[in-house]
Amino acid sequence: MTFIAKPKIHRGAVRNELGLTRRDYEGGMSTLCAGCGHDSVTAAIVQACFELALPPHTVAKLSGIGCSSKTTAYFVSGAHGFNSVHGRMPAIAAGAIAANRRLRYIGVSGDGDSLSIGLGQLGHAVRRNIDMLYMLENNGVYGLTKGQFSASADVGSKSKKGERNDHEPIDPVLLALSLGATFVARSFSGDKEQLVPLIKAGLSHRGFALIDVLSPCVTFNDHEGSTKSYAYVREHLQIPVAADYVESRREITVDYGEGDSVSVEMHDGAHIVLRKIDKSYEPTNRARALAYVQEHAQRNEYVTGLIYVGTYRRDFHERHNTPEEPLNSVPYGKLCPGSGGLSEVLARYR
Amino acid sequence: MPDPERAQARVNDFTVKFANVNGTGSASANALIMKSIFRMGVPVVGKNFFPSNIQGLPTWYEIRVTAEGWRARSGRVDIMVAMNPETYARDLRDLAPGGWLVYDSTWPRPALLSRPDITLIGVPLAQLCQEHFEGARARILMKNIMYAGVLAALLDLDLEVMRGLVAESYAKKPALVEANMKAITLGYDYARANFACPLPAHVERLDCTRGHVMIEGNTAAALGCVFAGATVGAWYPITPSTSLMDAFKAFCTRYRVDPETGRNNYLIVQAEDELAAIGAVIGASWNGARAFTPTSGPGISLMNEFIGLAYYAEIPAVLFDVQRVGPSTGMPTRTQQCDLMACAYASHGDTRHVLLFPADPEECFHFAVEAFDLAERLQTPVFVLLDLDIGMNDWMIPDLQWDDAYQPDRGKVLTAEQLEGMEKFHRYLDPDGDGIPWRTLPGVGSKGAYFTRGSGHNKLGSYTEDSAEYQEVMERLVAKFRTAAAMVPAAVSDGTGKAKLGIVSIGSCDGAVREALDALRRGGVAIDYLRVRGFPFGAEVEAFLAAHETVFVVEQNRDAQLKSLLVLETPVEKRKLHSILHYSGLPLTAQYVVDGVTAAISRGQAA
Repeated sequence: MTFIAKPKIHRGAVRNELGLTRRDYEGGMSTLCAGCGHDSVTAAIVQACFELALPPHTVAKLSGIGCSSKTTAYFVSGAHGFNSVHGRMPAIAAGAIAANRRLRYIGVSGDGDSLSIGLGQLGHAVRRNIDMLYMLENNGVYGLTKGQFSASADVGSKSKKGERNDHEPIDPVLLALSLGATFVARSFSGDKEQLVPLIKAGLSHRGFALIDVLSPCVTFNDHEGSTKSYAYVREHLQIPVAADYVESRREITVDYGEGDSVSVEMHDGAHIVLRKIDKSYEPTNRARALAYVQEHAQRNEYVTGLIYVGTYRRDFHERHNTPEEPLNSVPYGKLCPGSGGLSEVLARYR
Repeated sequence: MPDPERAQARVNDFTVKFANVNGTGSASANALIMKSIFRMGVPVVGKNFFPSNIQGLPTWYEIRVTAEGWRARSGRVDIMVAMNPETYARDLRDLAPGGWLVYDSTWPRPALLSRPDITLIGVPLAQLCQEHFEGARARILMKNIMYAGVLAALLDLDLEVMRGLVAESYAKKPALVEANMKAITLGYDYARANFACPLPAHVERLDCTRGHVMIEGNTAAALGCVFAGATVGAWYPITPSTSLMDAFKAFCTRYRVDPETGRNNYLIVQAEDELAAIGAVIGASWNGARAFTPTSGPGISLMNEFIGLAYYAEIPAVLFDVQRVGPSTGMPTRTQQCDLMACAYASHGDTRHVLLFPADPEECFHFAVEAFDLAERLQTPVFVLLDLDIGMNDWMIPDLQWDDAYQPDRGKVLTAEQLEGMEKFHRYLDPDGDGIPWRTLPGVGSKGAYFTRGSGHNKLGSYTEDSAEYQEVMERLVAKFRTAAAMVPAAVSDGTGKAKLGIVSIGSCDGAVREALDALRRGGVAIDYLRVRGFPFGAEVEAFLAAHETVFVVEQNRDAQLKSLLVLETPVEKRKLHSILHYSGLPLTAQYVVDGVTAAISRGQAA
C-alpha cells in the first residue's frame, strides 16, 4: 500500500531557523503520572532544542532506568535514543561520545539512577569531563517501585507511608562542584523561565554540564512532610543567578546595569548572561559556589540558577587527542597497518 | 611424548624448570634462554607459573625443548635451576630421576644430597657476583643472568645468539650489554671448567623455527583488534587480561597516530569498573565504532546486566575473557577454562551468546578480527575465550598472515541514502529471513531515528508489554542464533573419522590432546579428534558426536562445562560422553589425557 503523507501544517506555529516548529522537537506521549514534574522538564528540553534550532538527528538522548529515564522517549523523536540499564547511562554516554564527538548528548537521569546505583558512574563522567548535558530529575523518591527514599531525600523527610528518612542526603550539585565539573546548575521543574535558558547554556557548554532539577513526584512525594513537594520547594527556593541565553549569531541585546550582570562566553561561541540577584555571588569561583550552596542548605534553601560555570578545562576528547573527525567514521585504511605493518610487528617477536 | 622414566641423552627433547623469587629479574634471564634456543632453530614451549604478587614470592618458569614441536607442557622436569631456597625441597622432589639440579653453592645445602638419583651442579653464583659486581641490586640481577651463562654451557647454547639478544634488549644502554655479557661469560666459564659440558640433555641447532614467532595470546589478540579497525577500547585492569590492553595501546601508539595531524585514531577508556567498561563498549558500538573490552571471569560476572541489554537490544560488542582460576578471586595467576557456561548464557532472562575459542595466539589474532565481523553482522555480543595459558605465555606460532584485501563486515547498517529510499524504517524487522534486522547509527538522519531499549519491544521497535509481540521478537532472536551457528569458525578434526573413540576438546587443551593422540595411536588405540572453535555449535560438531561410540570431552574445569554445553545444545546422548577434567590451574599435559583415556579403556567404559 502506498500513500502520500499529509504535510504537517501548524497554522501560525512559530518556526525556528531550520523552519521547524516546536512540535518537531516533541516525542512520544508521556506515560508518567499527570502533573509529574518530569513532564515539565521534558517540555523545557523541547523548548530549548527548538530555540537553539538543533537539527533533531544531531542530538542523541541517553538515559538509565526510572521514571526520569523514561522521558528520553518524550522529546525530539527525530533523534536516536538509548534507554539503558539502571545507573549506567554515563558509561553508555562515554562510549557513545568516544565514537562520535559531533552529536549533542542529552542524558536524563534521576536521583536513584544517579545518586544511589549510579553514583560512581556519575562521578566518573564528571571526572572525565565528557561533553554532554546531564539532566538529573530529582524528586527524592523511587517512583517506579512505589515510594522508597532515594539518596537525595533530606533528613527528617517523610515518605507517603509516614516513614522518616534518617540518612544524610547526597547533593549532586555539591558532588559535581567538588569533582571539578565546569557547569553546575540547579533549577525547579515548575520554573520554565529559569530552566530553558539553563538547558540551552548546558547544551552549548563544552564538557560535562550538570543541571539538577528539583522535580516533585506528584504521587509519592508531594505530601506534607516531604522536602521535595511543590509547596516546600517553592517556599525554599533561593535564586542566586538567573540566566539568559544569547546565541552567538544573534546580537546581544540584553541590557543590564553594570555590576548586575556578567557575560560568559560558551565554548561554541554563544554567550550566557547571568543576572546576579545576590550581588555578592560569584558564579565563576568554585570555592565560593560550594560555600554558597552549603550555607543556604543549612537554612534549608535550595540555591537555583547557574551555580558555577568554570574556566575552560580540556574535555574527554581533547585529553585523548582524538581527531576532529568522529572515530566511527575514520576510514579503515587509516586504522589497519596492513601486511607491511604486520611484518614489522612480527620482526620484534623472533 | 618423551619417556616418562629417566632423563638421559635427550638432545632437543627435555624440560628445564627455573625456580625463582619474583621481582628479582629472573624473567629476563629465563626469556633470554628460551629465545636463544628458539633462535637456534629448535622449537620451545615456555610456561610461566607466577604468584599473585609483585615481589618476594616463589615463581617458576618452564622451558620445554621439543624438536618435534609439541606445544604442551611435558609434565616432567629434566633440569631444575633451583634459585629459591624457600622451595628447594619441592623443587628437588619435582626433578625426574636421572635429572640435573643447578643451585647456588655459595652456601652449603645438605638437604640437596637427599636424592642419589640426580646430579648436582653447584655454582657459587652469589660469590662470583660478589667478586665481580658492585652494589646489591646489580649483584641480585647479575646472579640471575649468570645462571643463563651456566645453562649456556650445560645446554650448549650459542653465546653469539645470546649476545645478539642481550644487545637488542639493551639497545639504548650499551653499558648494560657488557655487564650482562660479563655475567653470562662468568657463569659459562665456571660451568665449562667444573662440569662435563654439555649435558646429555642439550640443544643442537635445527632449522625448525624459521617463519615462526614467539608471542603471547593477549598480544596477538590486541593486534587483531588493531587490524580489525577497533577504535574504542574500554577496560578495567584485571589479571590475566591486562596485557591485552597494554599491547593494544602500544600498537596504537605506533600505528594509530595520524602522521599528518598527530591525532590518535583510537580512544582507550580505563573505566571505573567492569560495569562501566562494557557500558562504554556498548555505547560506542551503538554509535558505530568497533569497540571491545578485555577482562576475566570476575569482570564477566559484573558485566552480566549490560550483556543482557546488548543481546536484547541487539548491539554489537566484543569481549575478550582471558580465563583464570575461579570462583571468586580464585587463583588469579593460574589458568583454567572455567567461564564457558558463564559466557554462553551470560545475563538474566533468555540469552545465548556467540563464543569463539582460540587455541593459540595465531587464532587469537584471527578470531579477534572475526569477532568484530560477527558482532556487527549479528548485532550481538561476541566473546573470545582465551585463558591465562594462551594469553600470558609465549607461544611459538607460524608468522601471522594478513590479507590486504580484507574489509570489515560492518553488517546491516542503513545509510542515509538507503533510508531516503525507504517508506519507513523499523528497527527489529527480519526482511532477509536470517533473523538479523537492519539498524541505523545515530546522526544518520531523523528518518532512521529509533529508541533503543532493554524493555519489551515489538518488531517495529516500539515499547510493548503484549505477549505475542514480545514472543515474536524472542523467536527471531532464536533464528538469529541459528544463523550464527553457520558463521562461527567451524570445528577442526583430526583422524580417519572412522574410529569408535573420539576426543572433543577446546582452546588451549589442543597441544596436549594432539600429543596424547600421537601416543595413543602409537599404542594401538584408534581415536579421532574434534576441536570446537565456536558456539553455537555447527553441524560438524553434531556429526562427530553422532559418528563416535564413545567421546572423551577434555577440558580445564571441574564441572565439565564443555560437556554440559554439548549435552544442552546438541542431540548427543549424555552416556556417550566421558569427561577428562583438569583444573589444577596448571596447563594440561599430554600424559594426563593419555592416562584418562587408557584408564577408561581398562575400566571397560570405552572399547
